[in-house]
Amino acid sequence: MTDTSSTSANRPMIELSDVTVRYGGNVVALDNTTLRIDKGDFVALVGPSGCGKSTILKLVAGLLEPTAGAAIVGGREVGAIGSHAKRLGLAFQNPTMLPWLSILDNVMIPLKIVEPFRQDYRRKRKGEFRERAEALLEQVGLAGFGNKRPWQLSGGMLQRASLCRALVHEPDILLLDEPFGALDQFTREELWDTMQDLWINRRPTVLLVTHDLRESAYLANRICVMSSRPGRIIEDQRVTFARPRTLESSYQADFTSLVQSLRMSIADARAPSSAQNTEPRPSLEEVSA
Amino acid sequence: MNKPLPRWRRNLLSFSAMIGFFLLWELICRALGVSELVLPVPSQIAAVLIDKMPVLWPHTQQTLMTTLIGFFLGVFIGLLIGVIIGSSRVAYDIAYPLLVGFSSIPKVAVVPIFVVWFGSGTIPAILTSMVIGIFPVVVNVATGLATTEPELEDVLRVLGAKKRDILWNVGLPRTLPYLFASLKIALTSAFIGTVLAETVASNKGIGNVMMIASGNFDVPLVFAGLFILAALGVALYSVSALVESRFTSWTQRGKGSEAA
Repeated sequence: MTDTSSTSANRPMIELSDVTVRYGGNVVALDNTTLRIDKGDFVALVGPSGCGKSTILKLVAGLLEPTAGAAIVGGREVGAIGSHAKRLGLAFQNPTMLPWLSILDNVMIPLKIVEPFRQDYRRKRKGEFRERAEALLEQVGLAGFGNKRPWQLSGGMLQRASLCRALVHEPDILLLDEPFGALDQFTREELWDTMQDLWINRRPTVLLVTHDLRESAYLANRICVMSSRPGRIIEDQRVTFARPRTLESSYQADFTSLVQSLRMSIADARAPSSAQNTEPRPSLEEVSA
Repeated sequence: MNKPLPRWRRNLLSFSAMIGFFLLWELICRALGVSELVLPVPSQIAAVLIDKMPVLWPHTQQTLMTTLIGFFLGVFIGLLIGVIIGSSRVAYDIAYPLLVGFSSIPKVAVVPIFVVWFGSGTIPAILTSMVIGIFPVVVNVATGLATTEPELEDVLRVLGAKKRDILWNVGLPRTLPYLFASLKIALTSAFIGTVLAETVASNKGIGNVMMIASGNFDVPLVFAGLFILAALGVALYSVSALVESRFTSWTQRGKGSEAA
């Protein structure tokens, strides 16, 4: 396979340089943001709601183009023709399974679209590709559910399937937009472990957007805290806990104090905007756990 | 709400309702001594059907073929227009008033125009049924495409899918239930179009037979034609319902399998 990154081995996988994004002329979603993410890193973006976390993700995914500045993913400017030289995998908060396909067919969608798999799709979808998708489903604890329809599965199961779909074409970059946000606490923690295993085994570059600070501390190598709108990155912190991290380790003092300090940073970040804002906002309940 | 009846009982009940309807018809006509020139009894109509079948059969085929050709042409063109105006907001806004204008023309009015263009015969009948079938297909396909959730499309867009990939893998499957809903309407209205054109300007088909029979005061034959039309209509509807349930089973959840 030809790989353009061989010439630029030291270049970050994701490079946002002084990026500004404006919606509809006035609303500044992202203001002069610079963010570099190395190959194989696991970065979490946290911040108050509406701070532009998802905007960064959409930018990297190529669903948005920057108003100003440059967004370079895998050595190519996003939005440019052929910008999908690097493979992307994406999982949203909503599993967005296509209801007319079985779970297995849903997981195999990227193989139907992305080169070089799509050329072989007709030939291999019954054999090799099917086995690959089934192996992934087994890895996340969904063995034997491939022939079910999406509406026959619970929310947590759908989210697992959605992770499989994001990974089946072995993406270089995995983009996760609050993938566990709609799940209950127990399912969420279970899926953290699933996610961690997948990352340890495959080492994709991961960008995780979340509002759950424990989640970010559990999963990421690096946590970027963003300010409220217009969003900027105000803190960039390494997480050095040994892997694999476990639920027990997430209740130890250093973990708790990291979460605590993140929480303080976000409280500071919210301060200027809440001063202007007359209506009281609820506090960040999700970190109180 | 009442509990739904088991399938075999439902079928049995609707079958007996049908038989009961004909029995009642027969009894009332005989009791009141209604003339066959006004309303022939079902048994007489059945006798005419069997008796005249060799003559009626070619006309039945003619009507069926005309309807099907007109229907498929209408669906094909409707699908094409629907996809075009459904995938672009601008096209939707521009074309919609035009379509509403076309659809509100009473279709009887276009038959004479087709006759002027193509002479009386099969072609005006095909065109009439086609014209009637186009509109419901266009509207439903365009609506289905225009209301596709952007999240579903994003799933493919981030993978670098082209517009055609998205249309083929998300837009069209998502639109299938809408399309099939419109097919049932298009099929029955194509049928109306055929019979209409046959009555006005043709020398073949059930519509024409009924026209001539009523001119000869052969009322039982008129009713025999009506029965054939009803049978054809039911048959066409059942076929489209069958095809629909095959292709859009995903919309009918909870049948045959329970949630995990």
